Amino acid sequence: MSSAALETKETVAGLGEKYKYGFVTDIEMERAPKGLSEDTVRYISAKKGEPDWMLEWRLGAFRRWLSMKEPSWARVHYPAIDYQNAYYYAAPKNTPLKQSLDEVDPKLLETYKKLGIPLHEQMALAGVAVDAVFDSVSVATTFKEKLNEAGVIFCPISEAIRDYPDLVKKYLGTVVPVTDNFFATLNSAVFSDGTFVYVPKGVRCPMELSTYFRINASETGQFERTLIVADEGSYVSYLEGCTAPKRDENQLHAAVVELVALDNAEIKYSTVQNWYPGDENGLGGIYNFVTKRGDCRGVRSKISWTQVETGSAITWKYPSCILRGDESVGEFYSIAIANNYQQADTGTKMIHLGKNTRSRIISKGISAGKAQNTYRGLVSVYGKAENARNFTQCDSLLIGGECGAHTVPYIESRNPSARIEHEATTSKIAEDQLFYCLQRGIGQEEAVALIVNGFCKEVLQQLPMEFAVEAQKLVGISLEGSVG
Amino acid sequence: MLDIKNLHVAVDGKEILKGLSLKVEAGQVHAIMGPNGSGKSTLSYVLAGRAGYDITEGSISYNGEDLVPLPPEERAAKGVFLAMQYPVEIPGVTTMMFLKSALNAQRRSRGESEMDAIGVLKTVRKKAAALNVSEEMLKRALNVGFSGGEKKRLEILQMALFEPKLAILDETDSGLDIDALRLVAEGVNGLRAPERAMLVITHYQRLLDYIVPDRIHVLAKGRIVAEGGKELALELEAKGYEQIVKDAA
Repeated sequence: MSSAALETKETVAGLGEKYKYGFVTDIEMERAPKGLSEDTVRYISAKKGEPDWMLEWRLGAFRRWLSMKEPSWARVHYPAIDYQNAYYYAAPKNTPLKQSLDEVDPKLLETYKKLGIPLHEQMALAGVAVDAVFDSVSVATTFKEKLNEAGVIFCPISEAIRDYPDLVKKYLGTVVPVTDNFFATLNSAVFSDGTFVYVPKGVRCPMELSTYFRINASETGQFERTLIVADEGSYVSYLEGCTAPKRDENQLHAAVVELVALDNAEIKYSTVQNWYPGDENGLGGIYNFVTKRGDCRGVRSKISWTQVETGSAITWKYPSCILRGDESVGEFYSIAIANNYQQADTGTKMIHLGKNTRSRIISKGISAGKAQNTYRGLVSVYGKAENARNFTQCDSLLIGGECGAHTVPYIESRNPSARIEHEATTSKIAEDQLFYCLQRGIGQEEAVALIVNGFCKEVLQQLPMEFAVEAQKLVGISLEGSVG
Repeated sequence: MLDIKNLHVAVDGKEILKGLSLKVEAGQVHAIMGPNGSGKSTLSYVLAGRAGYDITEGSISYNGEDLVPLPPEERAAKGVFLAMQYPVEIPGVTTMMFLKSALNAQRRSRGESEMDAIGVLKTVRKKAAALNVSEEMLKRALNVGFSGGEKKRLEILQMALFEPKLAILDETDSGLDIDALRLVAEGVNGLRAPERAMLVITHYQRLLDYIVPDRIHVLAKGRIVAEGGKELALELEAKGYEQIVKDAA
């Protein structure tokens, strides 16, 4: 990172709030009846004005889901989720068909402002197009024209199902099959909205694409669905940020993200996740059960995941790469912070199928309070994957004596030419490091943030600039009160 | 400036300082000499406010203010600086980033406006050049992979940058060859000022050839056992600590 970039880092001391996104916007909501049945699925599909094939796809998923069991292998503990005691669809009333931002409910825009999303003219300067998902409906999409010129499709997935059915049919569910796992199947049945991106052959997407997800309504699960397809020789960088208001009840979030990179294409997918983590006593917070997977379908394709996970009461998430194309590359850069009673079980899977495929995993786990933080990762080299290479580095940092860090690497190799390296370290913030900072005038909270940001540097460097600054602040906020 | 009276300090319940009294006026440089285990480093940590050093008796007054209840970062903002014997490494945090964070934290604490990145950069560069601290060093992670001499030079650079009122140098000479020692000493001498007091803690007389103190105190078994002018250092060198401590008893 250049020193100029470093200098834009802001200190976290000014950020006094604990969870500054914990506000609720008072907007009339339209909801599906509580609970989950075929009727719920039909209701959602009808609300979206979906074609029959989509409804059938959803119903197929729902029927399959009824026969599935919630997975229990992750190192997370939570009371049983009552899937009948939640709403599966919530949308601000009277939202459809906005032609410009002026028509959007000012209260919504106010919410975005609090979130710090630059939705107006500043966006042009920032070069970010935002498809803002407010609970379940995309309410404002910007910069469509500029993207249209480049031939890039960037729209709510509900719109894509109507306007680009062939593309959606061709790719939806091809990376994460409907039957993949309990949460992905649930999502397939009830997903309400999300984002669709298609970058045509040879096009370098002219700007970073960004989506902000926010759970607003209480007792509502958010099931967004994202599908990104990078056609041959194209490039796209996609940013996803998430926040949720404070509530005492736990809210379920089960998203599915599918990425497809064809020959020589590259997708960079960055996430900053700060869903409400629950309070100091472990009350409330988001259950984040997410399936994210990228398919390097073409030769020399590349998919890079970067995630900064600071929120959620429970995180269950393994953004993965299927390295199908010869010489394809998969990367996973992760920072997972768990404080108080948060539980994180996160990592990646790198599936080497093609020849000369390479993968790189850099994971930084930080545990504080009474939190449990697990890295779970699979590196699998199949028989035909000649000369596959993997490098994995897993570092854990402990703050205080009551938290836990766990590293669970799974390595499978069916090809003797594979070279797999795994490095792991566990360390504590040393008392002498803290004292050194204090002696130079840096207060406790800022010192912890500084040391942790240093620990995470390799991953933070992977984030686009505008996200890196936010991520650094989040690191500080989420560890407040962690050193007594 | 600094007035320590009858200071008793315990670490893990074991008394290390046993009734230490010491006065340092602004503009003066005092040296604390003593054998290993006499409590020299304990004194420096207590002045800086490190946790785990319990004051069981006595007082520390700093510019007329009771220093004891202040947390370490407030002491720093009020001008107490400790150049450490073993500067710590902080991986991933560039030296320049650290200096900027510290400088601005101190300024905020004093109610002053923060310096912007360019302002900090200019100030640091100017002071760094005088201490032979390279641009490249400032870009490296704090103290990571620094040589002993580089670490000590960086401590003195921070002293120059923060402009403390009371500077404590804990065994700044340890681990330095003669050239590095001279460079560091020159840096320290350049910071002598009428409004600044310095407490130079050292085991060897060697450092005091370069940083000539106004007064020397000999610390043994948790108490000041002898005091004198700069010539006391030579006497110590000739007789050794054992004799001086015996004479004082």
